[in-house]
Amino acid sequence: MKVLVCVKQTFDTEAKIELKDGKINDAGINLIINPYDEVAVEGAIQLKEKKVAKEVVVVSAGADTAMDAIRTALAMGADRGILVKQDVDADEYARAVALAEVIKKENPDLILAGHVAADDGSSQVPTRIAEILGLPHVNVITNLEIADGVATVDCEADGGTATYEVKLPAVISSQVSWNEPRYPSMKGIMQAKKKPVETVDAVAVENKVKVLEYALPEAKTAGIKIEDDPEVAAPQLADWMLNTAKIEVVK
Amino acid sequence: MAGTWVVVDQRDGNIRKVTFELISEAKKYGEVAAVLFGKGVEGLAPEFAKYGADKVYVCDDDLFASYNTGAYVAQLEAMIKEYSPNAVLFGHTVNGRDFAARLAQKLDAGLATDAIDFELSDGKGVFTRAIYAGKALAKVEVTGNPVLATIRAGVCEVVEADGAGEVIKPAIVATADDVYQVEKEFAPTVSARPELTEAEVVVSGGRGCKGPDGIKVVEELADLLGAAVGASRASVDSGWLGHELQVGQTGKVVNPNLYVACGISGAIQHLAGMSSSKYIAAINTDPEAPIFSVADFGVVGDLFKVIPLLIEELQK
Repeated sequence: MKVLVCVKQTFDTEAKIELKDGKINDAGINLIINPYDEVAVEGAIQLKEKKVAKEVVVVSAGADTAMDAIRTALAMGADRGILVKQDVDADEYARAVALAEVIKKENPDLILAGHVAADDGSSQVPTRIAEILGLPHVNVITNLEIADGVATVDCEADGGTATYEVKLPAVISSQVSWNEPRYPSMKGIMQAKKKPVETVDAVAVENKVKVLEYALPEAKTAGIKIEDDPEVAAPQLADWMLNTAKIEVVK
Repeated sequence: MAGTWVVVDQRDGNIRKVTFELISEAKKYGEVAAVLFGKGVEGLAPEFAKYGADKVYVCDDDLFASYNTGAYVAQLEAMIKEYSPNAVLFGHTVNGRDFAARLAQKLDAGLATDAIDFELSDGKGVFTRAIYAGKALAKVEVTGNPVLATIRAGVCEVVEADGAGEVIKPAIVATADDVYQVEKEFAPTVSARPELTEAEVVVSGGRGCKGPDGIKVVEELADLLGAAVGASRASVDSGWLGHELQVGQTGKVVNPNLYVACGISGAIQHLAGMSSSKYIAAINTDPEAPIFSVADFGVVGDLFKVIPLLIEELQK
């Protein structure tokens, strides 16, 4: 079985966001694999270790720097990579079209991705890819079992956990709690340098969503801070909760 | 212009609050219809009229008994073609974002997800989205017929209003061939507490809880306030609370009326997930903890001492 994993390069989640000339300033920002996608890479590698998968291909659409995200995934244990060169301002539609074009040629049995990117928070691309390719999909999985061409997955659902079955090939997107991604070993990092990575240009399509402006949220300011004995502080906090935040106590 | 549609988010007849929030908000733009999918759900229709729904499209069929993307999308696509709504809004829930994304691609359309504010006009919508988990905001424009978006729970007010609630039963065009995910099982979260993303009050516990005993203290406060329990990454990684309760950049973004951070230092990833709460209280031993920079009311102290006294005061 061939597994293809879509990874996006994103800002480190510790990054502080600033604007420059009305855009998000990426200067000096540490770039990582989107944490949700990293979990998908780990899931794919585990399938290979269990001999369920034969090959793990990593695909990333983005700037040249996305090569680092691909190399990281290869160092974790993926077999080869494809960098789809695309403008960083591509929207979810354009991203999905570009990735689907490459996936179609690769014809994998399973497509994995994170269910959301930690930067734009859109939760659209995996589902859109599935629709373009006419494949089943299921989102936000926390467990995956594959048998006889059918994936059985546990998913985070609204108000509980749902178990779904989908026939492969399918697009399946991960929640971060699915697994604990490994750190690449030194040997893995060395090997990754020799693994093949192909570079292709993204299919040119117009964005569907237009960004009008970026802004920073109003900075919250610190309010009252009590540094006193708990016996003094607790009644004040209770008073604030009841009279300012106006909460109701359950009797 | 055939008005705004709000796709109802429900399971077993339990309607999520975000549905009513969206109906209330959409009412500002004229005609509002609720679009309801399910099996044996027609009796729910009057619920939407209470918040101003002029029409309720009821898609009642075995195929829709539980959410599945294929059949729901096939049905809604056909209805959009027949009735031409100006905009279709979904709650940004697990099902809502799944439904909206597949529908958008099927319609070859744009989609704004997880919007925290919006303005609709004919064939156009302007949406404010919190990106980088709220560290920045992007204002985006989506054009199309209809305009498609998912809206975060808790950002719009629920307002009671009179709606005609005229029930319309569209022809069911989805078939069993459209179904590609089969729900084998659903295990509801067994908790008397409200859900994290819908709660009016959230009480979260972090590293300062030091273990399950500290979490119990936090839970006791939460229950007194009728609150949801949240977690920082530290308490999830330590195994004290589940990931589904994690607040922050790789967890949930919450915006309750009151957020109480207990033993949470306030790493930037955590702040991103809760800074938009209306009121924030923090209890932490470290006076320099970043959580105090966003707290409206901070107590420098040990949660094991402060919370029991706080509970005592609140019970008076």
